[in-house]
Amino acid sequence: MTGLILLAVYIAIFAVSMVIVAWATKRFFTRADFTSLKTVTFGDESAVKANRAASVISVLAIFALWVAFTNSSLPLFKAKGPFEGIVEFTYTSTLPDGRSDDATVSILVYPEDVQLTEDANGAPGKIPNKPDVDLGEGFAKNDTLVIPRYGSKLISVFQNDEFKKSDGAIVTHLNGQALTPGEQIILSEGRLALTEKGTPFFEPSTGFRMARLYLPAPEVTTNRFLQLNREGYRNFTLLEHTWASLQRVLLGFIFGALVGIPLGYAMGLTNWARGWFDPIVEFMRPVPPLALIPLMIIWFGIGETSKVILLFLAALWIMAIAARSGVSGVAIAKVHAAYSLGAKKSQILRKVIIPNSLPEIFTGARVAMGVCWGTVVAAELVAAEKGLGMMIMVAAKFQLTDIVIVGIILIGVIGFAIDIGIRKLEGWLVPWKGKV
Amino acid sequence: MSGLLIDNISMRFDLPNGGSVQALKNVTLDIKSGELLSVLGPSGCGKTTLLNIVAGFLAPTEGQVVVNDHAVKGPGPERGMVFQQGALFEWMTVRENVSFGPDMKKMPRQDSMKIVDRLLEVVGLQDFKDKAVYELSGGMQQRVALARCLANEPDVILMDEPLGALDALTREKMQSLVLDLWKETGKTIILITHSVEEALLLGERLLVMAPRPGRIHKEYRLPFAEMGVGADLRAVKKHPDYAKTREEILAMIWEMEEEIMGRTEESA
Repeated sequence: MTGLILLAVYIAIFAVSMVIVAWATKRFFTRADFTSLKTVTFGDESAVKANRAASVISVLAIFALWVAFTNSSLPLFKAKGPFEGIVEFTYTSTLPDGRSDDATVSILVYPEDVQLTEDANGAPGKIPNKPDVDLGEGFAKNDTLVIPRYGSKLISVFQNDEFKKSDGAIVTHLNGQALTPGEQIILSEGRLALTEKGTPFFEPSTGFRMARLYLPAPEVTTNRFLQLNREGYRNFTLLEHTWASLQRVLLGFIFGALVGIPLGYAMGLTNWARGWFDPIVEFMRPVPPLALIPLMIIWFGIGETSKVILLFLAALWIMAIAARSGVSGVAIAKVHAAYSLGAKKSQILRKVIIPNSLPEIFTGARVAMGVCWGTVVAAELVAAEKGLGMMIMVAAKFQLTDIVIVGIILIGVIGFAIDIGIRKLEGWLVPWKGKV
Repeated sequence: MSGLLIDNISMRFDLPNGGSVQALKNVTLDIKSGELLSVLGPSGCGKTTLLNIVAGFLAPTEGQVVVNDHAVKGPGPERGMVFQQGALFEWMTVRENVSFGPDMKKMPRQDSMKIVDRLLEVVGLQDFKDKAVYELSGGMQQRVALARCLANEPDVILMDEPLGALDALTREKMQSLVLDLWKETGKTIILITHSVEEALLLGERLLVMAPRPGRIHKEYRLPFAEMGVGADLRAVKKHPDYAKTREEILAMIWEMEEEIMGRTEESA
């Protein structure tokens, strides 16, 4: 339900902001470049450029939805929140002889994450005490209890009464309304029901916001990030976790490239190597690296070696195939020209084939880096002392969703940064790409 | 100085479907040093195959090519090649492209730079030395290709439709350049072309080849190349013999093309 509302709101933001930005652009900016004069843009890929306003709004929209649908304390638009505070209702206990008596149940609904928060003095929060109530007159006595938000509870109303269930007492009314077992009343504070066995049951209203366990608020996540930065996690600082993952990826990738690129060149340059390695490469390529984790652990143990070898294998085939297609992409005229100019085989390789295959190798490197970065997280799920994957996995076991989210954001940001880095390097080393 | 001898070359190869192709049959040609030879013919007449055999990229099934008294076994620096396009090295600057041949011979840098500077001046690109080749226009790129070929001091220059991808105006300028370079350097040049006009202008000697099997059909000795050196090519084209020869060759090629079409239709 909440998910559908979220989706609807998101689509609405997408559409409304598009209309507003389009109107504002037309109203306040006049564009005079060539593209603005094109009448056919739908289908002309060169006329499609990322609208930066859309990118900014997209990121802001995700942040705003994050705030709106979590129990954030930020002063932005909020979806209806879960009920919190005291709710009271009455129940009527009726005895087999027809006598009946009313009593009040007071329920304090408290934040479910109270123990994870700190008060002004830095002391962790406590689950609040039950509200104080009088027992009241009559044989049915008043009850009091606490329920966390997003929780629910069966209420043993008879426990302090003079006549219990064993005496034949049954609950016949809730809030003065006659109910048979299985029926319920919807209050603004939540759902009040009588179970099939006749026990009152209360579930406070959850609203549309997600509990901290499912999605912590942005400021909770940020605070957690700052705290991890200060104190580290599981004996290692955040930087050490990040570097551990990055180091595995870099080592695996570098070894993969060092072996894979020459392998690909050999496959592109000689019949024998092509025939020899073709079955191996084509067989290994579709095997997802994750499927190799158990084997790597059996062969190389649970230490660093098995992780680096796994990443090496993840990068190896991708780089080999990239180098091979880089060689096959050489225009034969260039090779012929070089031979006619007196080049020998080694010179052809260094001066023609290697530079010509660079664009393909860079494309392969970007793919390989992406795969390695995705694989390292999975590899760290098994017996790692440090690493972002390990951090996420351990935090998830303790239901520390905020740490999980910090880890995910870090992984995304670093992966993105690596990709941008390779693209910059490519622009610098292969300036002719796309211009020939 | 000796020239280039194409000695009774035949080329036949099997196709994957079991048939075979006779690409060339008994082609014999004696080219003197400093000769400017243009080769013309309908598509499929084996003119590019012939050039590739002379360059050493393909081996004939019969016969041999002899350059400077040595049989050709593979590509070599004494036979330079200029391709239609896309044969420049994009990862090198104009200067590095031109000095590729000298660099392969490990010529000292100051010597190779002298050659590069001189040749870039000859082709009129002295101001583009440090540009990347992909920044140049198609005509300029072909000038670089010419300079690169000349920098290696080949005895024979093989040109495989070097001007085919250029627009008409650029093409005419380049034709003048090729003529001037031929006269200046005295190199033997074999030029393959689709264009009858180009073959007339850039051939002291013109071969018309016929297809299936590829063979020499007719040979002309022409005065136009000599007339065109340092002169206006359009004036040469007004020469009455020029138009006459052009029509004669065009008719010949039309006839061959129609014969091919007819044969294809019969078989289809």
